[in-house]
Amino acid sequence: MRDVMGVINIDSMDEPLEELTGTRCIASVPFGGRYRLVDFVLSSMSNSGVHNVGVFTLNKYRSLMDHLEDGKSWDLNKKEEGLFILPPNNYPLVNYRGDLHNFYDHLDYFYRSRQKQAIVSAGNIICNINFSGLVNFHRENSAHITIFYKELQGAGEFEHCRKLKTAKGGRVLQIEEEPGTMEDSDRVMIEIYLMEKALLVELIENSTGNGSCSLLRDGIIKNIGDLRVYGFPHHGYLSVINSVEQYYRHSMELLNTKIYEELFFKHGLVYTKVKDEPPVKYLEGASVSNSLLANGCLIEGDIQNSILFRGVNIHRGARVKDSIIMQKCEIGENAVIENAILDKESHVSGGRTVKGQKNNPVIIPKRKSV
Amino acid sequence: MIPAKECVAMLLAGGEGKRLGPLTREMAKPAVPFGGKYRVIDFTLSNCFNSGIYIVGVLTQYQPLVLNMHIGIGSPWGLDRKSGRVAILPPYVDKKGGRWYRGTANAVYQNFYFIDQYDPQYVLVISGDHIYKMDYSKMLHFHKEKEAEATIAVIEVPWEEAGRFGIMITSEDGRILEFQEKPQQPQNNLASMGIYIFNKEVLKKYLHKDERNSKSSKDFGKDVIPMMLKEGCRMYAFPFRDYWRDVGTVESLWEANMDLLSDKPALDLYDRDWRIYTVNPNQPPHYVAPYAHVKRSLVNEGCMIYGRVEHSVLFPGVYVGEGSVIKDSIIMPHARIGCNVKIEKAIIGEKTVVRNFCQVCSLEKEHPEIILIKENIIIPENAVITSTVIGHKKVN
Repeated sequence: MRDVMGVINIDSMDEPLEELTGTRCIASVPFGGRYRLVDFVLSSMSNSGVHNVGVFTLNKYRSLMDHLEDGKSWDLNKKEEGLFILPPNNYPLVNYRGDLHNFYDHLDYFYRSRQKQAIVSAGNIICNINFSGLVNFHRENSAHITIFYKELQGAGEFEHCRKLKTAKGGRVLQIEEEPGTMEDSDRVMIEIYLMEKALLVELIENSTGNGSCSLLRDGIIKNIGDLRVYGFPHHGYLSVINSVEQYYRHSMELLNTKIYEELFFKHGLVYTKVKDEPPVKYLEGASVSNSLLANGCLIEGDIQNSILFRGVNIHRGARVKDSIIMQKCEIGENAVIENAILDKESHVSGGRTVKGQKNNPVIIPKRKSV
Repeated sequence: MIPAKECVAMLLAGGEGKRLGPLTREMAKPAVPFGGKYRVIDFTLSNCFNSGIYIVGVLTQYQPLVLNMHIGIGSPWGLDRKSGRVAILPPYVDKKGGRWYRGTANAVYQNFYFIDQYDPQYVLVISGDHIYKMDYSKMLHFHKEKEAEATIAVIEVPWEEAGRFGIMITSEDGRILEFQEKPQQPQNNLASMGIYIFNKEVLKKYLHKDERNSKSSKDFGKDVIPMMLKEGCRMYAFPFRDYWRDVGTVESLWEANMDLLSDKPALDLYDRDWRIYTVNPNQPPHYVAPYAHVKRSLVNEGCMIYGRVEHSVLFPGVYVGEGSVIKDSIIMPHARIGCNVKIEKAIIGEKTVVRNFCQVCSLEKEHPEIILIKENIIIPENAVITSTVIGHKKVN
């Protein structure tokens, strides 16, 4: 792994998670009680022995930088290399056309990195992967690019993801240009791939002249006939967050202890920024079932099928059901929360009700009082 | 905030904690886990950081491994700074040979070179054995205001317990007139908390003097303080009125843990302006299963609870199986409690496994003793445990 660097590529300025991405990029959306989406890929990289990671980001990255700090929590505060946060060199981004554009601004970072391969990953993937399998497969096949894919099990999984087709032996024949156009494949591409750094640098260098600006579309998909592109199956748990619906569904999946144990323990721990909160305190009226609770919570109410982030305060008689309550929220006495996502530091006064629909949760934005 | 070099802290962490039995067989007393997350020493280390004292010498001697690993370079307490550091100071060998620390005063005496390199005006001497939150900068302010040579923090204790402490007799403005070490007939109830601020030169002089006294037991409370008082030093008592506990016995350790479970405990761990820091175990949020029941308890991250937990303290990564009932107990990190287990008023050691259908509770109904089960052992299925287990032998 000494020869592999990491690139976390947050290449969209959209707000796929509505209000949850109103003030933050998708990679820093809180997830799983104490994490941010970026923690999963970043921890996987660190646990796999990748010690040089560049996080490319476009906009709304204050919370991401605040979260990542100097990379210490992921063991990436190295004397040499470590963690690099790389926003665009020039604003405004009106002329921004794709991720190669941003990479181009930071070509020096790629030149300076001494690794021969790069794991390029999106910032919205929930997984815990040891990358050594991918790296070995890639080297055995002398591949230029090796892409993770998943076999689809049922309908409704991995929406908004591209499908791909592979030949025997794993060679990728085709990747969807527009998601939803390939009917005859049940393999979906995960935006985590390993590529030769020399190729990556070449694609970046050539990106300005000819107007090609998307690494995946212009760099990989268009050249798929000329490159040795391989697919590598990912077994085990992995999910991609592209919508509020997926965010809510995959959050609630953590209440399945099989997924919980696999994601948080199987391939090493998932790291995040330390908050130094004391343990959760259950007081007299507490009644909790099928829920996840992070440290620093004070619980006097009733909680069912929910996820509570660090430092949440649930007062006496309050009822929380099928909901996600982010950091430092306060739920007043006898308040009722159902099918809701409360962003950080929101406050629901005593006796108030916040109710969304089943599988269509209502979002209370950050620091809002209800 | 006081500048880093005005005051250097010397933290005594070599205590064996004999009365904690098996809990301190493999670690020093300051390393004993506390409050579902911490080790006892975290309180004094956090107090130092929160008080702006960034240079801390930690004097270790008895079973230091766990403590050394825990403290590291002091990052969790914010003490790995350019202008500050934690230095672990074990006994050492020099040209004249090596000597163990022969008492708290001797330990500081042997490491005076550490203090001297920072040339502080004041030295704070504290012990890693106590649970409390205290702003040492306030005590230092008091020390300077009184133009004292030494200041001792004191706390009022119940009269009937005063005989167990070092008791101060003070004048109205707080000057210490007399010091009685564990008096049979206490004349006051102001007990020394073992927290001292000295003017550095004064401390140096008296430590040298005490060192030359062959009859001295080289202890701050027993020898140095009484000598200074006898020689007319200007010494003041700094009154402290908050929560303070010596967790030197199994009972007091258990009680101090249980104190945290009341509605508004005197020791507030949730105060964001005075956090207690510790090494982070990187565990996910804890999981409470559909038919589990948790009440009046502290539960840390990484726990998985399927059974009933009442009035108990659970450290990180504890598993409690279905049908089990845990009451009035402390479960140390990564202990695994099987199904249909009953545990009452017990302390279960780190990584110990209690298999299905075990019973851990005293036969005594009125005043049951606390049952201690040591770390890293397996209690086999159906075992009935009614008293402390320090090895495999006593398991039925």
